[in-house]
Amino acid sequence: MKKDESYDLSDAQRELIKGFWKDNPVFIAALGLCPAMAVTNSLRNALVMTVATAFVLCGASALVSLSRKWIPKQVRISIFIIIIATFVTTVDYVLQAIAYDAHKDIGAFIALIVVNCLILGRQEAFASKRPFGLAMADAVGMAGGFGIALVMIGAVREILGNGTLLKDTPWMFSVFGPHFEPWAVMVLPPGGFLCLGALLAWFAWMKERFERKKQPETAASAG
Amino acid sequence: MNPKLKHSLRLVISLAVAGLCSGFVLVGVYKGTQPRIQRNRAEAIQKAIFNVVPGTASTGALRVENGSLVPFEGNIGATEERLVYTGLAEDGSLVGFAIPGDGSGFMDTISLIYGFNPQQRVITGMEVLESKETPGLGDKIMKDDAFRANFAALPVEGGIKGVKKGKKVHPNEVDCITGATISSKAVISIINDSNEETLPLIENFRMPAADQPSAESEAPVSEVGAADSQAEGGGQ
Repeated sequence: MKKDESYDLSDAQRELIKGFWKDNPVFIAALGLCPAMAVTNSLRNALVMTVATAFVLCGASALVSLSRKWIPKQVRISIFIIIIATFVTTVDYVLQAIAYDAHKDIGAFIALIVVNCLILGRQEAFASKRPFGLAMADAVGMAGGFGIALVMIGAVREILGNGTLLKDTPWMFSVFGPHFEPWAVMVLPPGGFLCLGALLAWFAWMKERFERKKQPETAASAG
Repeated sequence: MNPKLKHSLRLVISLAVAGLCSGFVLVGVYKGTQPRIQRNRAEAIQKAIFNVVPGTASTGALRVENGSLVPFEGNIGATEERLVYTGLAEDGSLVGFAIPGDGSGFMDTISLIYGFNPQQRVITGMEVLESKETPGLGDKIMKDDAFRANFAALPVEGGIKGVKKGKKVHPNEVDCITGATISSKAVISIINDSNEETLPLIENFRMPAADQPSAESEAPVSEVGAADSQAEGGGQ
C-alpha cells in the first residue's frame, strides 16, 4: 500500500489511457453491458448515459479515494454503494431539471447506474487502494472508454435503425435521405446484441492485429 | 470499553455518518432541483394541452372535489392530484377539456392526455406523455402520425374500439398499429376508462363566473360556448 501513495505523471497517464483501449470496460472487460445495449438505440441517449455514468464514476472514485483511510473494511461495500447511490440520485434529479425529454426516454436506466458493476468494480479494485490523482485518472479513463463504446454502438444502431444521427436534438441530420427504409431491428434489443457482438469482434481483431504487429518490432529491437 | 464492542461501534458509526451525509446532500439536491423539475412538468403538460385541444389560447386546471370539478389554484407540475385541464379561447370561452389518463401498456405504465370537446362529444387529439413501450414498435403510439390522427375527431358514444389497420368502418373505431397492437389497445383502454370516470364530471361542470364573459356562466358546459367552438372549428 505504501508504494501506491507516491506516483508520477507517467503512472497517471498509464491509468488514464488503459480505460480507452487495453482495459476498455465494455469491449475488453465486458462490464456495464446492460446500459450499453438498453439505451443505445439513439446517439443522444448514448451521450446522456455516458455523461451520467462519467459523473457518477468520477465523483464516487474521488470520494472513495479521499476517504479510503476512514472506511472500515467490513462495511466498505455498503459505504461504496451509499456513495454511488447519492451520485446517481443527484444526476437523476439534475437530468430531470436540465434535460427533461432525455430523462423521459432513459430515466429508468439512470437509476440503474447504481448497480452498474463497472462503477462498484472500480471503487473496490482501484479507488479504495490508490491516491486521489490515480483514482481520478482511472475513473476518467474508464468513463471515456465506456463513453466511446456507447457512442459507437448508439451511432451504428441509430444510423441503421433510423437512418439519422442525433435524432430528438436540434442537430439531427438524415444520413441516408428520405427514401431509406429503416432496419427496425437495430433499434430493438436484438439489434443491441448484434451491434455489440460485431463491435466486440472488430475490437478483438484490431487488438490482435496490433499485438501481432508489435511482436516483430520487439523481437527486432531485442535482436 | 470492550474491544469487540468498540469495533462494532466504529462500523455502526461509519455507516451512520455515510448515510447522514448522503441524506443531507440529497435533501440539498432535491430542494435545488424541484422548482425546475416542476416547471418542466408543467410546461410539458401545457404544451400537450395546446396540441390536444385545438384553438386553445390559455389553459386552466380543475380538480375533483366531492364528485364535481372545481378550479385548481396550485402548481400543476407539483401536484400528485388527478386534474382535468380546460382549454380556453382568447375571449375566455371554453374550447374543450384535456383529460389525463394512465394505465398498463406492453412494457410499463403509459401516461397520456387527450382533448375532449363536450359540445360535439368527440376526442380532439391525443398525446402520450410518458411510456416505456418497445422502441421502434410500441413507441409508435407516441410518434406515428397516422395513429395519432385517429384521435383528431373521434366520437366517444358507444366507447372507442380498436380494429386492425385498414379495417376501420365506424367513426368510433381506431386503426391499431401493426406490430404494436397491445400498445395501441392499451391507449384505447386508458381513454375508455378515463372517459367513464371523467365525462360525467365534465357534463355537470359549470364554468366559474370569473372565467365566463357573458350571462351564460350558469349554463352547463355542454351548452356553453357551442357557437364559439364551432366557429373555432373545435374538434377538427
